[in-house]
Amino acid sequence: MAVVATSPSTAQTLLTARGRLRRRAIVDRVATALMALSALAGVIVLLLILIYSAINGLPALDLAFFTERPLPPGEVGGGVAPAILGTIEMLVVAALIGVPIGMGTAIYLAEYGRGSFARTVSFLIDLIAGLPSIVIGVFVWTWLVRHVVGHYNGLAGSVALAVIMIPIVTRTVEETLRLVPDPLREASLALGIPRWKTILRVVLPTARAGIITGVVLSIARAGGETAPLLLTALGNQFFSYDLLQPMAALPVQIYTYARSPYADWQVKAWGAALILIVLIGALSLLSRWVVARRLGHS
Amino acid sequence: MMMTHKQLEPADQPQAPPQNPPAFEAAVVEPAPSRQPGPRVTVSDLSAWYGERQAIAAVALDIAPRQVTAIIGPSGCGKSTLIRCLNRMHEVTPGAHAKGTVELNGVNIYAPNVDPVQVRRVVGMVFQKPNPFPMMTIFDNVVAGLLLQGGASKRELEEMAEQALRQAALFDEVKDVWKKASGASLSGGQQQRLCIARTLAVRPEVILMDEPCSALDPIATYRIEELIGRLKAEFTIVIVTHNMQQASRVSDFTAFMLAEEDRIGRLVEFGPTARIFTNPTKQRTEDYITGRFG
Repeated sequence: MAVVATSPSTAQTLLTARGRLRRRAIVDRVATALMALSALAGVIVLLLILIYSAINGLPALDLAFFTERPLPPGEVGGGVAPAILGTIEMLVVAALIGVPIGMGTAIYLAEYGRGSFARTVSFLIDLIAGLPSIVIGVFVWTWLVRHVVGHYNGLAGSVALAVIMIPIVTRTVEETLRLVPDPLREASLALGIPRWKTILRVVLPTARAGIITGVVLSIARAGGETAPLLLTALGNQFFSYDLLQPMAALPVQIYTYARSPYADWQVKAWGAALILIVLIGALSLLSRWVVARRLGHS
Repeated sequence: MMMTHKQLEPADQPQAPPQNPPAFEAAVVEPAPSRQPGPRVTVSDLSAWYGERQAIAAVALDIAPRQVTAIIGPSGCGKSTLIRCLNRMHEVTPGAHAKGTVELNGVNIYAPNVDPVQVRRVVGMVFQKPNPFPMMTIFDNVVAGLLLQGGASKRELEEMAEQALRQAALFDEVKDVWKKASGASLSGGQQQRLCIARTLAVRPEVILMDEPCSALDPIATYRIEELIGRLKAEFTIVIVTHNMQQASRVSDFTAFMLAEEDRIGRLVEFGPTARIFTNPTKQRTEDYITGRFG
């Protein structure tokens, strides 16, 4: 170690360093390759799902598929329009319930919450996030389907989806709010702007991109849920926009069609799956576009 | 326009905390003569804590109206804590609290019936790192504090924003883009002048600056210092600075703070800048000024 001063040993040090450098370069390449491979694996799975759904589902897509109601078993034709509309309606209602609650919880946890109550809330949110969605379905079924309304209904479906959305909105929005630098809050407070207005006018707009992402993520997640809807909204072969009646939904329709023995229904299941993917993908793209546009504007 | 005020003699000063009287001598405090009318800030027996840890103890000083008062001292001496106590920003930090009195024109801002939000509208603050609101345009940044008071029309807001930007010597540089460009698109020095404009727009009486130039290059620093020189005609200014040359250039009065082994900051000496820098009373002040430590 005490060899720094003389030149031959310096050369030696450099040589050993070169050996180590080569080893590091190899490790670096292997690690990079492994990570690229995992990324590729994820993308390939996604592409396979997309391509496979497209190949199997595209034949089902005709005008009737989007405009007509499902036909009784054995009859060829009809569509899944009630399910598309039902999914959209239930998701909108679920978002109206779940997003404000999730946002409020996130703002409380990130901006105000301290002490044991905040820790308890935070823990419970994690707990809800970890609940199997079927459990949420059973809970809402017991409460809203059996006791309050008395039969399967779309509102119960929306409530179940909202419960699934709440922890997702809360966690993503909370994380985003925590990323907003404190100096911005201080700048606003120092202008004599009250805390609540600071949050509304400075913190939330700064975190806008993350908030929109969180909301879209939660809608996407809820949009694909099947189990709780089987217990709450049930599904419906007819057009119905009444939240207090059974309501059709794409995932439920896919479930019913996919396990049916009829070839026509199985193709329609693929078609419905494709529509679901496209709906959620479009929502996600739309939100990105909105965020990018607003950012570019300011 | 003479304004009489209570002359603070060293004998009037609150003594160091009783638990350790021998260790710390009382600060030498030379009264700040009030040649100017205007907002006066009088600090007495001010202590502040972060949780359990005390950051400053028994600070007392009398800040002259429409003059620049610099607070200098080595890192960790509590100068930022002190300045943040002057508009109740200290308590924004979780767990932080302060005791003592800070009188603004005779009103104790720590009195129980005083709303800290109102205090901050009268005592504005500029921070170390320029912190314009990134999602707002330059114009929106300037009027951010004004909007909450409401009542102003779009045209009035524009006029007030333009006036504040002119006062902050920024208007000519941004007038073509101020309605479109984000506050974050400006250079560091411009951002800091934008933050000053934003503070001025609320029409405070006192402006606190917490190391406003430490993130800026020399030219931007020069422009801010020049600006401070002009602003003191209207505002009472308190500036925390690491840079002693800056203190001697911009300030009329200087307070020297120091934290000894207990890491609690205390005021060591306070007086006219010219005297503090040429003929300090305390040995510690002289040591610091001459660069022997810190």
